[in-house]
Amino acid sequence: MTWLRAAACVVVLALVALFPAVAGNYPVKLLQEILIWGIFAMSLDLLMGRAGMVSFGHSAFFGLGGYVAALALKAAPGMLASLVWPALAAALAALVIGFFAIRVSGVYFIMLTLAFSQMFYAYAFQVAWLGAEDGIIGVPRASLLGVSLASAVPFHLFLVLVFALAGFTLWRVARSPFGHVLQGIHENEGRMEAIGYAVRNYKLLAFVIAGMVAGVAGACYTQLNGSISPDAFFWTTSGEALLMVIIGGTGTLAGAVLGAAAFILLQSLVSTYTERWMLILGVTFILFVLFAPGGLVGALRGRVGLRA
Amino acid sequence: MTSPGPLLSVEGLSRHFGALGAVNRVSFTVGREERRALIGPNGAGKTTLFNLITGVLAPSSGQIVFDGAVITGLPPHAVARRGLSRSFQRNNLFANLSVLENLRLAVAARERGSYDLLGSVRRLTGTLAGAREMADAVGLVERLDTPAGRLSHGEQRQLEVGIALSTAPTLLLLDEPTAGMSPEETHRMTELLLGLPRRVTLLIIEHDMDVVFSLADRITVLHYGEVLADGTPDAVRADPRVYEVYLGTGDE
Amino acid sequence: MPFLADLAVQALNGLAYGALLFLLSVGLTLIFGMLDVVNLAHGSLYMLGAYAGLAVIGVTGSFWLALLVAPFAVGLVGVGIERTCLRPLYRRPVLDQVLLTFGFVYLFEDLIKWIFGGKIRSIPPPALFSSSVTIGGFTYPSYRLFVIAFGLIMAVALWLLIERTRLGSIIRAGVYDAEMTAGLGINIHRVFTGVFAFGAALAGLSGVIAGPIQSAYPAMGVSILIPALIVVVVGGLGSLKGSLAGSLIIGQAETFGKAWLPEAAMLMIYVVMALVVLLRPHGLFGRPLK
Repeated sequence: MTWLRAAACVVVLALVALFPAVAGNYPVKLLQEILIWGIFAMSLDLLMGRAGMVSFGHSAFFGLGGYVAALALKAAPGMLASLVWPALAAALAALVIGFFAIRVSGVYFIMLTLAFSQMFYAYAFQVAWLGAEDGIIGVPRASLLGVSLASAVPFHLFLVLVFALAGFTLWRVARSPFGHVLQGIHENEGRMEAIGYAVRNYKLLAFVIAGMVAGVAGACYTQLNGSISPDAFFWTTSGEALLMVIIGGTGTLAGAVLGAAAFILLQSLVSTYTERWMLILGVTFILFVLFAPGGLVGALRGRVGLRA
Repeated sequence: MTSPGPLLSVEGLSRHFGALGAVNRVSFTVGREERRALIGPNGAGKTTLFNLITGVLAPSSGQIVFDGAVITGLPPHAVARRGLSRSFQRNNLFANLSVLENLRLAVAARERGSYDLLGSVRRLTGTLAGAREMADAVGLVERLDTPAGRLSHGEQRQLEVGIALSTAPTLLLLDEPTAGMSPEETHRMTELLLGLPRRVTLLIIEHDMDVVFSLADRITVLHYGEVLADGTPDAVRADPRVYEVYLGTGDE
Repeated sequence: MPFLADLAVQALNGLAYGALLFLLSVGLTLIFGMLDVVNLAHGSLYMLGAYAGLAVIGVTGSFWLALLVAPFAVGLVGVGIERTCLRPLYRRPVLDQVLLTFGFVYLFEDLIKWIFGGKIRSIPPPALFSSSVTIGGFTYPSYRLFVIAFGLIMAVALWLLIERTRLGSIIRAGVYDAEMTAGLGINIHRVFTGVFAFGAALAGLSGVIAGPIQSAYPAMGVSILIPALIVVVVGGLGSLKGSLAGSLIIGQAETFGKAWLPEAAMLMIYVVMALVVLLRPHGLFGRPLK
């Protein structure tokens, strides 16, 4: 990464961190949602953009992180509950699900991952100890190094920090030798096998990392809203993350965040002028798939047209 | 000291697709440091045989012994890790990645470092140097940054072989390395293969008889999935059955 | 005999639900078989059918007219989608096409909300079937019996179409191997459009029929898609027989499951789906993968 780009990232992060000083509660909440969904979308982008694995079940880890955070925070609000347990739970789930899911590919991978996330949905929706249809509410915020995250500013800074860490980690992973192997697998899985890579192991590791980060996003989501519901598991949540990645531009982390921002802003801002944000989102998405498969980032780089 | 005996031993290998016997009780051995050619008409089962040896296809019966160990049933990546590498009949490259990256991935496959999650590829100077050496060896030093998909056909074939070579194999299986090449490119490829160190044993499927006769120590002829003849180039050339079935058709 | 009566009611409910799933899944499975596309908008087409039915009934008061018009309308929507959006993508990876259909989920749901509002709209059954009948020891809505009978008739009609007509053999050939079929000189693009439209029309038909049972609400498409996908996976992608078998199985499983073991039912069904994808991806009657 060039110094210019690194500097730009620092500047943007600083602006984001300082945002509450200049904006009201509602815009700040929007920004925080963008950060959280940005983390979720970035994690999916590692899977889709680098490894070429299109998952329709990523909400499983988002929801799991959210629920584990909710339960843990209600029991003992601390840093472990806030981030560590959700991340570990999501990573474990990703290990189990991934072990099975990577045995199939393409459309079957989509359907299998979808089936697994729906299992979570079905369970959470039904059982009383998870609040059934209503989910878990009244989740307290944790304290970090003696500072309570219940106050607005510390929580905001906490989110920005988690976002920055997640983004930085995923960026490093994507650029690493491991990330390059993923790219090779995406390009030509058969050849990677033929030259000696145990492709399945790499895919599984990618799946676990992506799942873990998605779990962190879910945990943050619970802490933002003080609650979590089974909707977090529903297949359309996975679909929304996919939308974000594609609109932003697959294969670029910045794209995932851009896509998350576009989605959230469409949802909130457009809906102050018209109720038809979903329609616009749908049409936008269709147009992007058709004409700008490189997403916003691709369009910015001039890659627009019917031919992919 | 490596174990004595042939490097590769194919024993009674068969592969059926329904009633079709694509490969039928094929047996032969390839000695260490040997240059072996595998020839036969189209559809004789040569590529299928390669697929069986490298673990892409499971045999219906028979076994494969490589460097003293049975490798039948191993998945392709395990076979490759043991030092058996393979190039493909149709270009099987990483089209959107640069030539350098194509080779680097193959060189890096031998190492353990590929699970490094947070490191930087630029720091893997050893791997990068290895990739550059390989590019030099296959004549692609000028094209290091070009995406593989944008190379000319001949250059792509060179890269195709280069990738297979980059894994530092003991046995290299080449599937029609000169397919679709101009005479000049063919000559270059032949020089390349002749220039390979002897410790890399070669098993080459080829249709171009000039290439075969300039390279091969021994030739195995395959016909309808079975071994028709197996011997020195002179013996095979003189074999009337081979002449009738293959060389006599007047093509290639 | 209240237990037996209860059993019979659930079984009949299962059959009625199965009939809806059947009509819905036939289109989904044929579209996948021929185009390799998992049409994520298929549930939305079902939803469009229900609302089209609502509209027709609203204007004409006739359920039977709705039954005729709504599938036709949804079929036209199918033609539109396939020709304008899917066809340009055929050279691209199949996943692009699948993702495209997902965009339509949002489009359609909001379009309907715009036109009809977001509240649940009830759809009255036709006068002929608006009462209940007494069977043995219990009463049962006659409309649901109609749905079961209709499903049966449609199953037979579809079977005749697919197995006994030239058009059907073209479809079967296309599902088996689209490239080869095109090679036989058949205008495969027209067949693609036709199959997609036909599948859409069936989805729309299912939606109209479902109206009096489920009522119409914008999110109904998104909910029914999952059971439809499960039917298609279990039955076998690309197989009409599979859709029938799958809908019968899932129809009963979901109905009895929700009645007797609500906590475990849906979970078990997803487990079955996962197991099928892992162990026998071609389902009960599908063709082993290309």
